[in-house]
Amino acid sequence: MKTKANQHGLETLLRFYREMQRVRQFDQKAAELFTQGRMAGNIHTCVGQEATAVGACQALEPTDFITATHRGHGHCLAKGGRAAIMMAELFGKATGYCKGKGGSMHIADLGLGILGANGIVGAGIPIAAGSALASKIKGGREVTLAFFGDGASNEGAFHEALNMASAWRLPVIFLCENNKYGVSVAIDRVTSIADIADRAKAYDIPGIVVDGNDVVAVFEAVSAAAARARAGEGPSLIEAKTYRHRGHYEGDPQIYKPADEVAAWKKRDPLILLQDAILALDPAAADKLAAVEDEIRREIEDAVRFAEESPYPGPAEVVSDVYAADNERSVAR
Amino acid sequence: MKTITYGQAISEALREEMLRDDNVFILGEDMAVMGSVFGLTKGFLEEFGENRVIDTPISEAGFTAMAVGAALRGLRPVVEIMYVDFTPVCFDAIVNQAAKMRYMTGGQTSVPLVIRCPGGAGRRNAGQHSQSLEALFTHIPGLKVIAPSTPADMKGLLKAAIRDDDPVICIEHKLLYAAKGEVPEGEHLIPLGSAAVRRPGRDVTVIAWSRQVHSALEAAKTLAAEGIDAEVIDLRSLVPLDWETLASSVRKTHRAVIVHEAVKRGGYGGELAAQIGEDLFDSLDAPVKRVAGLNVVPPFSPALEDFIYPNPGDIAAAVRETLGR
Repeated sequence: MKTKANQHGLETLLRFYREMQRVRQFDQKAAELFTQGRMAGNIHTCVGQEATAVGACQALEPTDFITATHRGHGHCLAKGGRAAIMMAELFGKATGYCKGKGGSMHIADLGLGILGANGIVGAGIPIAAGSALASKIKGGREVTLAFFGDGASNEGAFHEALNMASAWRLPVIFLCENNKYGVSVAIDRVTSIADIADRAKAYDIPGIVVDGNDVVAVFEAVSAAAARARAGEGPSLIEAKTYRHRGHYEGDPQIYKPADEVAAWKKRDPLILLQDAILALDPAAADKLAAVEDEIRREIEDAVRFAEESPYPGPAEVVSDVYAADNERSVAR
Repeated sequence: MKTITYGQAISEALREEMLRDDNVFILGEDMAVMGSVFGLTKGFLEEFGENRVIDTPISEAGFTAMAVGAALRGLRPVVEIMYVDFTPVCFDAIVNQAAKMRYMTGGQTSVPLVIRCPGGAGRRNAGQHSQSLEALFTHIPGLKVIAPSTPADMKGLLKAAIRDDDPVICIEHKLLYAAKGEVPEGEHLIPLGSAAVRRPGRDVTVIAWSRQVHSALEAAKTLAAEGIDAEVIDLRSLVPLDWETLASSVRKTHRAVIVHEAVKRGGYGGELAAQIGEDLFDSLDAPVKRVAGLNVVPPFSPALEDFIYPNPGDIAAAVRETLGR
């Protein structure tokens, strides 16, 4: 890890590690439960991408906002989402963040500044810009960060949002998690530029490439972008180069990935990189790392128990919350 | 009472709501410096400043989605899409984001967004500037749809829409912008989901909205001279629907004719006809009739365009037919 990890101190690195373990174990458990047929729908895990979610959210304040993607469990956990309530949502239970109406792809907690994960690729980018516009109109100092993938950078929503955010100097950070694949299609097969961050030039904003598997590098890049946004200097585009270890969805056979590529990236597993950096700083920290893993294991087990024991929403719930006002009449006809 | 145009009613509604609530702001193409292509927001930039009167780039998808984001943060954006024909450009923001946000977050948030868009034919603007697309929006749970026909309704409904916590699509008929009408002085609000009986009658219920209300009233005048007493209902709000007013009229007259400018196939009239058939079959003395636009692309040539939407003669003929005369 060519990181400046040692400049941040053991305590900070252990905090990052703890958060990354939560993301890793949550998604591994979700994948396992899905494979066992214990939950319905579709699961998109971010195993391998923990450093971007955690590095970015650690650089934000609790009053800041994010928009997440369909691969958004890590984003929501890193922004303070509770594993038990998220797991309950994945199970479609009444105790979930969205009362079981949103599921894996739509987790939101407005109170934590999570404006929603999104099932539409790229859709969260202009929504984040709109949140930043609200901060500008209201004179607030909040920053909004949009997570999105390399695939979304080819959507019109990306370009329209970057253009307006730049023209109006909105306090927004565009964080592209370039995990190399849009479902099965490698980004270089459908995009001619090597770095998506180069697109920042077209909108006269900073475009920064970081090692997305290095949590400290992501943390530092997002911290700088957040400071810039808060100073009224406008948006930044950060491209975090990372890799998704699992398929697009659970059950995806991943025939499109070369074996040597997978092996190379697994060696650069963000948790292993951080572990190495921590142990280089303090060889005696091994016990602490093990304790963190155990603690998170218990948290995730508790989350699954909570989710499984929670009730399903009642039938009346199916027609509630379509509308805020005049719901019954608007739903009836 | 004072007499103003439909366009002025929009302007007054926006201005009053912006004065009343700092969270209301407007954005769209040419809204600020130019005061909108229809001149509805002239002077707003000077009065409210560039934070609340925003000239966007030509990026309907982007700025409509941004309005959703701003609404999630507690603001109340009013977006203008220059023509309803351009709304398909920003359908994701409307259909997948604004409409579903409340439900998919389990009621955590509302999207108090109003999208204003001129619709309708009659200005020789051809296929991409003359459509009536309200049926697309009535099909999406989570959206509300209004289509006012008079200045008073426009003002009262638009103000109510801005105060409503749900996303509302306000379809304005571009041929009505210059139409004049009386509007009450002072605070004037019309609740969404309340239809107006424009002309009471006992022989047949004619249901219309937007510009076709005026055609229906003209047809009713012609029919009255023939001894046919038509009741004309202006729905004003398509979602929520004022079923009570509609149903009690049909129970009284036993006949229904639905009129809209949108193409007949897949139109909202078909939905209303089905609901009347399902719930009021025993009250009916004749099949429900629809008078609607032709299933064609709006043509440019004046000689062709005037054929595509219903005129009072078409409506009168449909009423006579339903009465067996």
